[in-house]
Amino acid sequence: MTQPIEVRIEGHVGYYAAGMNEEATVEILGNAGVGVAENMMSGRVHVKGSASQSAGATAHGGLLVVDGNAAARCGISMKGVDIVVGGDVGHMSAFMAQAGRLVICGKAGDGLGDSIYEARLYVKGSVGQLGADCVEKPLRPEHLAELTALLAAAGRTDNPAEFRRYGSARQLYNFHVDNAFAY
Amino acid sequence: MTTITTADNAADPVADAAAPPCPPSDPAALGLRENATFDRTTIAAIRRAALTGLYDIRGGGAKRKLPHFDDLLFLGASMSRYPLEGYRERCDTDVIIGQRFAQKPLHLKTPVTIAGMSFGSLSGPAKEALGRGASAVGTSTTTGDGGMTEEERGHSDTLVYQYLPSRYGMNPRHLRMADAIEVVLGQGAKPGGGGMLLGQKITDRVAGMRTLPVGIDQRSACRHPDWTGPDDLRIKILELREITDWEKPVYVKIGASRPYYDVALAIKAGADAIVLDGMQGGTAATQEVFIEHVGIPTLAAITQAVEALQEAGLHREVQLIVSGGVRSGADVAKALALGADAVSIGTAALIALGDNDPALEAEYRKIGSAAGYYDDWQAGQDPAGITTQDPELSRRLDPEVAGHRLANLLRVMTMEAQIIARACGKAHLLHLEPEDLVALTIEAAAMTRRPLAGTDWVPGLPGTGGAPGGNLGGPGAAPPLVGDQPVARL
Repeated sequence: MTQPIEVRIEGHVGYYAAGMNEEATVEILGNAGVGVAENMMSGRVHVKGSASQSAGATAHGGLLVVDGNAAARCGISMKGVDIVVGGDVGHMSAFMAQAGRLVICGKAGDGLGDSIYEARLYVKGSVGQLGADCVEKPLRPEHLAELTALLAAAGRTDNPAEFRRYGSARQLYNFHVDNAFAY
Repeated sequence: MTTITTADNAADPVADAAAPPCPPSDPAALGLRENATFDRTTIAAIRRAALTGLYDIRGGGAKRKLPHFDDLLFLGASMSRYPLEGYRERCDTDVIIGQRFAQKPLHLKTPVTIAGMSFGSLSGPAKEALGRGASAVGTSTTTGDGGMTEEERGHSDTLVYQYLPSRYGMNPRHLRMADAIEVVLGQGAKPGGGGMLLGQKITDRVAGMRTLPVGIDQRSACRHPDWTGPDDLRIKILELREITDWEKPVYVKIGASRPYYDVALAIKAGADAIVLDGMQGGTAATQEVFIEHVGIPTLAAITQAVEALQEAGLHREVQLIVSGGVRSGADVAKALALGADAVSIGTAALIALGDNDPALEAEYRKIGSAAGYYDDWQAGQDPAGITTQDPELSRRLDPEVAGHRLANLLRVMTMEAQIIARACGKAHLLHLEPEDLVALTIEAAAMTRRPLAGTDWVPGLPGTGGAPGGNLGGPGAAPPLVGDQPVARL
């Protein structure tokens, strides 16, 4: 899809639905298989159900909304996309996430944000063990504003003040032998 | 090889002692004997690890002596074969890649192609030179990690676009601009490993293409983020075909480790072509321990890959492109005779551009290396302007001149392969066959299933070899028998 068209799918979809989307608005009324909206460049993809693993993987832009849960590796290597998940996300979500925002209204599994770069993560529920170099950071007013806008764009009514923010400690950006046991 | 003198260890007396003395001209005459286990290279590696706390990262492929194409010889035509006249009788060199499923397969004038090398690891002028050189002789060049640049798309008539685990710079527009897509699972220098572009090479432009901050180490993942096995890969390939309107050939690149199974699975996943990279294949930046100790030699991998293709009934329909230590037309001819359809060169192409040029000896010495030894491609200090992002160093490389040198090398390699093919009576390079080859070593014979020169013995192959009792001699000698069945000699 390379045009600003609207697509509505009344049912479930398999692998890579709306993969590499450019400009289109896609609504999936059921669940989505592996890699929904992977490498999306722009546009909007809304999954009314839940999504399998690697939702929004490597996506550069646009907005991915999952009303239900997203499985493991949600937002892996994300490069600028915004992702809002209404439920929980599985382990290793936002692994090596480079840029963009991932909003999780439920819980996050273990390894959240492992080896994260500059992406920003917002989680409302509990977080399992954080991944390497991922730390909790202060939720400043600009982050609240950003989060408020993302929740609104996703059509959600969650209270932004109930979220916590996570991001990179930037300790692993350049290899240093003293960090050997963190790798 | 990273030099060991650093600011941190300059005051260390052990480090001071590391300044290498000139070795005696005749150590044995002085009663000195170098330890074969702890040779000078090993001692230097241990000392460097102890002094710096770091393992060595370098460019290039395996440096150790390995079974290679040099361990094969061609049997030129004589009484039982009819040679073709050199320079006169036709010996075609073209190859078509990707006709299994792609609507627009590539038609290359020579089977020698340029391997994937990234902008980031290489300078812009180097990428442009690769495109110019390849285009001048009608062959393809290949992108690398980090995406497609204007330099290489603009100067490459035929450009293969790599689809890598990191997906740095990957966008569907570039997929459509490419002439073929290469799904990279691994490379010969580091099968099972990801990549690392060190911070000193991350300029604004490289960082921008990869959506990462300037100056930080950029790791490339070792696994694709959205598929985990051959069944998933089949679906991924369908996605890539759909998004490019079923036009582009889809290659699958594997680092040689288990080539029989990997090729069989890649075929099943729907590949149009397989790129098989042996452990002599170069890398921009990988740990020395990985380069030298993981993967198998190119020579050992080809026959297994061909067997997988033959068993699937798809040999020559799914093309096999072999890389890793291809240096000459002889290597090209040997790879094709073993069953490859084409080869890729990387290190040889960089040397053609000017890498390790003896004219730069003084500059290599300044950075602790020497012409013929320089492998710190990760460091970004390349005096030849090839493996660097330093604007001043990059400017040293004239892409037109360097591209011309590469075109010369590609022409020479192609002509050398033709010379050999004609001598074997072949009117096309792809007519070369295993029967044209013998092995010089037992290892090469076992790896390639070709007989040891002067014998009919193929280690491990029942029904070959000389008389019982270990005589390697006479053609036609009976293999040993167990009951009524011939058995292998291993």
